[in-house]
Amino acid sequence: MLSLRQREQRQAWVLLAPMLLVMLLLTAWPLLRTIWLSFTDAALIGSSGTAPGWIGVENYLYALTDEDFRTSLWRTLYFTVVSVAVEGIIGVLVALLLNQQFAGRSLLRVLVILPWALPTIVNAMMWRLNFNPDYGSVNALLTQTGLIDHYRSWLGSPDSALNAVMFADVWKNYPLVTLLVLAALQSIPEDLYEAARLDGASAWRRFRAITFPAIAGALSVALVLRTIDAFKIFDIIYVMTRGGPVDSTKTLSFYVYQESFSYLRAGSGAAYAILMTLLCAVLITLYMLLLWRQRRRGSAHEN
Amino acid sequence: MKTLIKGCVAAILLATAGSAAAVTTLNALFMTQAAYSEKDIRAMTQAFQQAHPDVQVNLEFVPYEALHDKIVAARGAGGNGYDVVLFDAIWPAEFSKFDLLQDVSSRISAEQKAAIFPGAMNTVIYNGKTLGMPWILDTKYLYYNKAMLAKAGITALPQTWQQVMDDARVIKQKNIVNYPLVWSWSQAEALVCDYTTLVSGFGGAFYHNGKLDFTSPASLQAVKLMKSSLDEGLSNPASREYLEEDVRKAFSNGDAAFALNWTYMYNMANDPNQSKVAGQVGIMPAPGDAPGKAGAVNGSMGLGIATGSTHPEQAWQYISYMTSQPVQTQYATLSLPIWKRAYQDPAVTKNQESLIAAANTSLNVMLSRPETAEYSRLSSTLQQQLQQVLVGSATPEAALQAVNKSAARLR
Repeated sequence: MLSLRQREQRQAWVLLAPMLLVMLLLTAWPLLRTIWLSFTDAALIGSSGTAPGWIGVENYLYALTDEDFRTSLWRTLYFTVVSVAVEGIIGVLVALLLNQQFAGRSLLRVLVILPWALPTIVNAMMWRLNFNPDYGSVNALLTQTGLIDHYRSWLGSPDSALNAVMFADVWKNYPLVTLLVLAALQSIPEDLYEAARLDGASAWRRFRAITFPAIAGALSVALVLRTIDAFKIFDIIYVMTRGGPVDSTKTLSFYVYQESFSYLRAGSGAAYAILMTLLCAVLITLYMLLLWRQRRRGSAHEN
Repeated sequence: MKTLIKGCVAAILLATAGSAAAVTTLNALFMTQAAYSEKDIRAMTQAFQQAHPDVQVNLEFVPYEALHDKIVAARGAGGNGYDVVLFDAIWPAEFSKFDLLQDVSSRISAEQKAAIFPGAMNTVIYNGKTLGMPWILDTKYLYYNKAMLAKAGITALPQTWQQVMDDARVIKQKNIVNYPLVWSWSQAEALVCDYTTLVSGFGGAFYHNGKLDFTSPASLQAVKLMKSSLDEGLSNPASREYLEEDVRKAFSNGDAAFALNWTYMYNMANDPNQSKVAGQVGIMPAPGDAPGKAGAVNGSMGLGIATGSTHPEQAWQYISYMTSQPVQTQYATLSLPIWKRAYQDPAVTKNQESLIAAANTSLNVMLSRPETAEYSRLSSTLQQQLQQVLVGSATPEAALQAVNKSAARLR
């Protein structure tokens, strides 16, 4: 005779099984096939009558010795670290602001969320226009405020193109951080602050002792999610610069895309994709660890 | 028994009637920019469907930059995908290697072939295989702003690139426009087209003794001209992020005295609804390094039947219609017809006399970009190296050497 708990567990598995099966088919099969492809010299579309040949780890060796691949990797890491850090800082500041009581707060909250609700393609097109060297708003704004003295080609110069794309990415994604942090902020009881104020705690002290611990969990989840997303950055680059100028915005995803679809090298494209997946797996592990630690800390609090 | 036979006959009749009324659906892939616009292609297709009620054509439009990858990905994913696809002059080698398009040699008569410009026909032929019908006959021309030239006191049109630069210098000195020249030098195929136009004008080619060669004197001269025009402030520095549409907008906005672009810009830049310089637009063949020489790139495109198509007959009907002389004549202000005879038709020539005059020279000197199955990779390398020169991080010599080195490694 099964206990209630055992029966519930069994029932859970039965209910989950169909979904697990679908997930297995949808992810495991393509993944296995990609792994297999990465050890071959397959072209994306087999030329008539030739089967892909097994070439072992050659694709991987090539990727690791390929300067282009390494540069793309560093570029991607730069993109990820800097844009996520900036998104974190702006996200928290805006959340703190929106948590204050003032007239028109609800309207402002909606406005802040708006960029995040825009499809990436639309956001990218919008920023391509804003950065337009002849009639873009960025040049107009910066010259009118006297910050630069002549119009510049932001997306046409390798020194500024990547940063310009990152700016557009931050613009779109900091609201996610704001959203999550704001939710956490609203769970802090106002009496805590009042008590702290009575004890004579400064604003900074109140932030360190009350606010930050309360939002740390939400913030770390937001940042890790953003990190994984930023690491895979593709669409905004495809629309804004297509990897140029002089490859200065060619991130790993774009590199893999070009190898597979423009050059039709499915084999090496797969190898690059697998390498990227491994790097992503590291990030996901980090995410899981954070969640796990947070949950432990949470239950410790309750006890 | 009688009723049974009757029933059978009725069923057969019904079945045949059903199949006669069955509509074949074709999927066709086009691009959104240059030559015919999306609106025009929809109108052409509408007219075709009216004449062929049994064929329904689903149209899909993507930017030029996505066209190649879309065709390839559709095949790579298996299934039927597209029936009719628009393809560029640079892809037949690769598409033929990977068997992406049906060989339609037997569908085009010798008589038809003779009636089409050889330059256009070349676009769709690779290694003796005909992969479709040419549809857009195109090359890049040098556009100029008549008012700006007049204001600068320039009375004769430039005969060489050197003279274009000299004129540009005068225009800049007189403050008529900040950057007299504008190009499409973004990291894209457009950059290769501009470069090819220059190489062709300087009498160069991409093959030397059957091998790819980018270090010829003409090639170096082309790259040096590009770079020095930027250094002198004659070319708009934003050219390095521009595609053809950006060039058109800058020129139409009165921000340039000279621009290199495809045929389609001629009528759009002359349309007062979308251009501030309407009526001032001049067109001439891109010059070369000596008077009387011209440069041009083969930028033609064709319509082909995808290998996976299960309706090749209907697809061919559609392609034949789209490439037919009457249809091409009707839309001649957007793209010049592939048919030689069309140029005697006033519907084609009226109001475009100067375009046709330029075409007469340019279409005969079009240089083809290298024909290799690995063109995409070669082109990427070329784009990247050319841009290195344009942003000042490599010398023309070093960059072209690097292209040669990577071209030698192509399989």
